[in-house]
Amino acid sequence: MTNLQWTEIVVFSLLFLLVTVMGFAAARWKAGATLDHLDEWGLGGRKFGSWITWFLVGGDLYTAYTFVAVPALMFGAGAMGFFALPYTVILYPIVFLPLLRMWSVSRVHGYVTPADYVRGRYGSSALAFLVAITGIVATMPYIALQLVGLEAVLRTMGFNGSGLLGHAPLFLAFVILALYTYQSGLRAPALIAFVKDTLIYIVILAAVFYLPAKLGGWGAIFDGARAKFDATPSPADGMLLGEHNQLQYATLALGSALALFLYPHALTGILASKGRNVIKRNMVALPAYSLLLGMLALLGYMAISTGVKPIVNQATGRPDSNTTVTVLFEQQFPDWFTGFAFAAIGIGALVPAAIMSIAAANLWTRNIYKEYLRKDATPAQEAKQAKLASLVVKFGAVAFIVFVDPQFSIDLQLIGGVMILQTLPAVAISLYTRWFHLWGLIAGWVAGMAWGFVMLYEIPNPAAGKEHFGGSAIKLEQLSLLGWTPFEGVRTQIYVGFVALLANLVVAVLVTLVLRRTGTANGLDRTSPSDYHADEGDARLKPVGVH
Amino acid sequence: MSAGPPPTNRPNGLRWNAWNLLLLVPLLMLVTPLFNRDEPRLFGVPFFYWFQFLFVPLGVICVGLVYLKTRAEPVRTDKPDRLALDDLDAGEQDGGPGR
Repeated sequence: MTNLQWTEIVVFSLLFLLVTVMGFAAARWKAGATLDHLDEWGLGGRKFGSWITWFLVGGDLYTAYTFVAVPALMFGAGAMGFFALPYTVILYPIVFLPLLRMWSVSRVHGYVTPADYVRGRYGSSALAFLVAITGIVATMPYIALQLVGLEAVLRTMGFNGSGLLGHAPLFLAFVILALYTYQSGLRAPALIAFVKDTLIYIVILAAVFYLPAKLGGWGAIFDGARAKFDATPSPADGMLLGEHNQLQYATLALGSALALFLYPHALTGILASKGRNVIKRNMVALPAYSLLLGMLALLGYMAISTGVKPIVNQATGRPDSNTTVTVLFEQQFPDWFTGFAFAAIGIGALVPAAIMSIAAANLWTRNIYKEYLRKDATPAQEAKQAKLASLVVKFGAVAFIVFVDPQFSIDLQLIGGVMILQTLPAVAISLYTRWFHLWGLIAGWVAGMAWGFVMLYEIPNPAAGKEHFGGSAIKLEQLSLLGWTPFEGVRTQIYVGFVALLANLVVAVLVTLVLRRTGTANGLDRTSPSDYHADEGDARLKPVGVH
Repeated sequence: MSAGPPPTNRPNGLRWNAWNLLLLVPLLMLVTPLFNRDEPRLFGVPFFYWFQFLFVPLGVICVGLVYLKTRAEPVRTDKPDRLALDDLDAGEQDGGPGR
């Protein structure tokens, strides 16, 4: 614990204190009749307007981990890391229509989670269980990664110890977060998101205008990056995409865009909104964050020009590439502004971590606790259970970061992205058609999950000294179907999640065709076609927060 | 897993509007050969980067137009909404009232 940066720490702590007060006060903000109901605790009363939703969803999707990992990827690999921009640009046109249908049907039936919806659409607790488990398992490492983002900041400020003491500031930050999330539910991150996003906008805009002027202009920055990548023997990096990674770039962007709103926490922000128009306006306005993310990515190249050396994590003994952008800030900005920027990233970790833990808690409560453990739970008992579950989820994430190598969370997050994509047919395609048979969807999920996992397992990363889970891209020539390799000799790379999704769909179609031929029953659909178009003010909407 | 009423006998509840096709335009961003080059640069930024940045306002315009143009449209329920994720809608498009 040497070299503590006191100015930074003071500014960081003051802003952290501000959001802590807001987090606790949020319980009374736009309060409903009771907080003892998931509609209120878990969805903020389902009444957020356009502005709140913009800050909330923006704060939720563009996480602290994104803010440190994307520039770090650009720093290490170059153009490939820029996939974050097409990912978040094509995202909104793709999800625009399906999200409206999801909101309407959920509002009519009072669904809180994607698994609730699947339960209603297919009348199958088995399929809903798979969707819920996938959501929880994919979200958990994502929460842990927010801690990685927060730790990158703390480490740069000088809190770089090993052992339990080294993690004390992280632990403290998370205890505070856990307490106000427990008390205020979704209202806490919704209110804090205003601060987080404002800070982030100020920091990034300052960085992209101030730093290039200081570093000799954009031309010099890009030329510096090019020189660095040209000097490495690796064909995978470069200022432009190479021969073999263009398909990977496109499929990673598309796969990530298809996956994002399948994550339960992303949907939570949508379901908390007041009406369809709020969602539509947000689909138009949210790309402002994408612009920000693209600029942020370029900070990775600025770190190359300034010769940033990532800080060595004293707990693991390896350089922590996630400190790339934080070290850059510390080198280039005055101390007070660095503290401000670190607060932006630190608070940027709290907002998504809170929403993710709420979403995971909702899934646990609605689709496992109430479904299997306590079928007669009242809404008040559900809310109690969800509050407790949110605590368990958060402390599980802290324990994961403290006791297990953080690299493991990063691997799990990689797997989580491939996994959550496998719920696309059951959660998203089913919004449009019930053509797929229930058991076809289950078989497809099993196939996509299994194959995706096997492919990820077999990817080595020699540079990081890893034999397994070394990345998310596979060469087409490595694709083998029971020994048959259809793309022999083709070295083009593709995103594993995309391949697994295609396998999932093929299996789902085949099983569906067979079961339709045999006339096997396809579950009970409790939704009606007009449910998918209901809007605010509609008489059929389920009243919010009634017991 | 009880048997439900056969879904083919229901209206499909899908609404189609030609403006929705605009939502496909941003997908051009996935065609990397279009922009995977250094020159021409803009303020020193290579083409690869600034061209993709241009897609942010383009995406906003496309989604914004769809929002504005589909707000008060009379509803047709007789055509499937082909803009489901990845055009994967192979749904029940036959039978049912509303056509």
